[in-house]
Amino acid sequence: MSEDIASPKTSSSKAKKQKPSALEVAGPEILAEIISLPELEHDSHRSVTLPPPRSPFAVDKSDVHLKRRRQKDKVATVLVCASFALAMVPLLSLMITVISRGINRFDVTFFTNSMRNVVGEGGGALHALVGTLEITGLAAVISVPIGLMTAIYLVEYGRGRLAKAVTFFVDVMTGIPSIVAGLFAYSLFLLVFGPGSQNGVAGAVALSVLMIPVVVRSCEEMLRLVPNELREASLALGVPRWRTITKVVLPTSIAGITTGVMLAIARVIGETAPLLVTVGLTQSMNYSLTDGPMMTLPVFVYNSYMSQGVDAAAYVDRAWTGALTLILIVMALNLVARLIAAKFAPKGNR
Amino acid sequence: MSTIAQRPTSGSPTPGDVATTKKKPKRNNRFADMSFKGLAVGAGVLILVVLGFVTVFLLAEAWPAFVAGDQVGVNEPQTIWQYVAPFAFGTVWVAAIALLLATPVALGIALFISHYAPKKIAAPLGYLVDLLAAVPSVVFGLWGIQVLAPFLQPIYVWLTTYLGWIPLFAGPASGTGRTVLTVALVLAVMILPIMTAVCREVFLQTPKLQEEAALALGATRWEMIRMAVLPGATSGIISAMMLGLGRALGETMAVAMVLSPAALISFALVTTQNPNTIAANIALNFPEAFGLRINTLIATGLVLFAITLVVNMGARWVISRRAAFSGANA
Repeated sequence: MSEDIASPKTSSSKAKKQKPSALEVAGPEILAEIISLPELEHDSHRSVTLPPPRSPFAVDKSDVHLKRRRQKDKVATVLVCASFALAMVPLLSLMITVISRGINRFDVTFFTNSMRNVVGEGGGALHALVGTLEITGLAAVISVPIGLMTAIYLVEYGRGRLAKAVTFFVDVMTGIPSIVAGLFAYSLFLLVFGPGSQNGVAGAVALSVLMIPVVVRSCEEMLRLVPNELREASLALGVPRWRTITKVVLPTSIAGITTGVMLAIARVIGETAPLLVTVGLTQSMNYSLTDGPMMTLPVFVYNSYMSQGVDAAAYVDRAWTGALTLILIVMALNLVARLIAAKFAPKGNR
Repeated sequence: MSTIAQRPTSGSPTPGDVATTKKKPKRNNRFADMSFKGLAVGAGVLILVVLGFVTVFLLAEAWPAFVAGDQVGVNEPQTIWQYVAPFAFGTVWVAAIALLLATPVALGIALFISHYAPKKIAAPLGYLVDLLAAVPSVVFGLWGIQVLAPFLQPIYVWLTTYLGWIPLFAGPASGTGRTVLTVALVLAVMILPIMTAVCREVFLQTPKLQEEAALALGATRWEMIRMAVLPGATSGIISAMMLGLGRALGETMAVAMVLSPAALISFALVTTQNPNTIAANIALNFPEAFGLRINTLIATGLVLFAITLVVNMGARWVISRRAAFSGANA
């Protein structure tokens, strides 16, 4: 047995002795071959100097394809910047014209007089200013509660088909042309109160039809921004749903809602067509929303320009001053809305 | 409402009526809850009712014109359809040109604000474009007729002289510049802000990683926009266009003031005879109208309502399709 064991041992040791020698012979050659393979050659082993590596960002002057791509990119950049500049042209032109021409009659008389018994120069737009403020105010009083409650319904309660229908028809309402809203209010008052019922309330109804969808949209967006954790925390404390909404959800989003409402007012305050149809126009003061035609600022601008009397320049001047006043009001509303939004923007630790 | 709310807390319970105070606030709360919910639901329903009323009242007032046969025309016997046809054509034609002019510019502005302008000034520049939306339409009308029309008139003369062989620029050139093209330009400026706003939002929704991947592969900025930004924005762009078109179709005062109107179907852009739009026709004729004329004008308003409804439905359909296929919105 020992021989049996011993003999393989000796044979294996023999083989061991032989094999390493074979490897020792072949090893350096293989190693040399591996090192000399060009793919694995390291920089330090280089014997021939290759050209320096090409930067991927380097421009090959002869690469026509790349050249064309760069040219295309440049053309696109120029076009994009030019289109922005192009949009600024009408804005600048409009602002400069409105200010330079509106300033002529931007005086005390304009804001303290109506157009009653005025032919030619003089006169003002006090009646139009009063009418615009009253009618827009009433429109806001009508549409803000309806719009806000609808938004609350859609965000807090809305499930199922009714909510879907409301969302859909609010979208449809957004697309109603302003003149159609005016015709609707006109038909409504004609059918209910009989012919000749052009008054401020009809105008406010027409403006509400235009304003409600805007209020719903912006309020909805703001209410959805309120984190669900707040609602859940309040409900978990046993606060009933409506208290949660009025005491937690609404206060959290009040800044955004105010901004949205002011922007909605700014949008309808410049509406002309529905007021022309529903409220008509007058040259005298009329403080009453229910009693006969009223003047409004946009209609004043339109009427001053379209039916110029003798001394046409005076009428055109008044139109431009009316336009300037209107733009100032709209800009002020926009500015205040943005300030509110910026000041009360949701803070991190709220 | 606040008195109901106060009652549960203010009614300090004596030990004797614990049971009643425990029950009472619950009932009050439930009642308040129900009535508040009722108010909310009522507001939603009211909107549906108002919209129903809009349709019903308009139909009721327009009906006499639909059944009046050929008594509708002012100077000649016309049915309501013959009367409204040129105005409907004018409405769509003017709005389509305005859309054609506004779309490339709106895309450019949106790209400028979302991808080209430095981050710091991008938002203020966006406000500048939004300022355009704040200008009332009657002011645009005043500007269009007093500034833009006189400025464009010599250009129209040149166009009819040298390009008059193209039917679009057929002569004679308008002497006042109050043409379809001027109106379309004014409308294009007016619909720019809404289109830009929608496109901007869509462009900003492009996944940042895809943009960076495109740039890392060596794409130029324009190629990145074409490959990464625009493909995902197609439906957004289409819905922006539809919204702009809806606005342009319903715009009244700018058209009423700027256009020198007529009732005819003509594709000529810069001539003296221009097809009027439905909305402007109503605004121009309504103050002096009486009797059947009023019904006729309301009927044309109904036609306008139908046209804008179709366009807006189209826009909504495109948007909903996008919502269905985009994983980001799920």
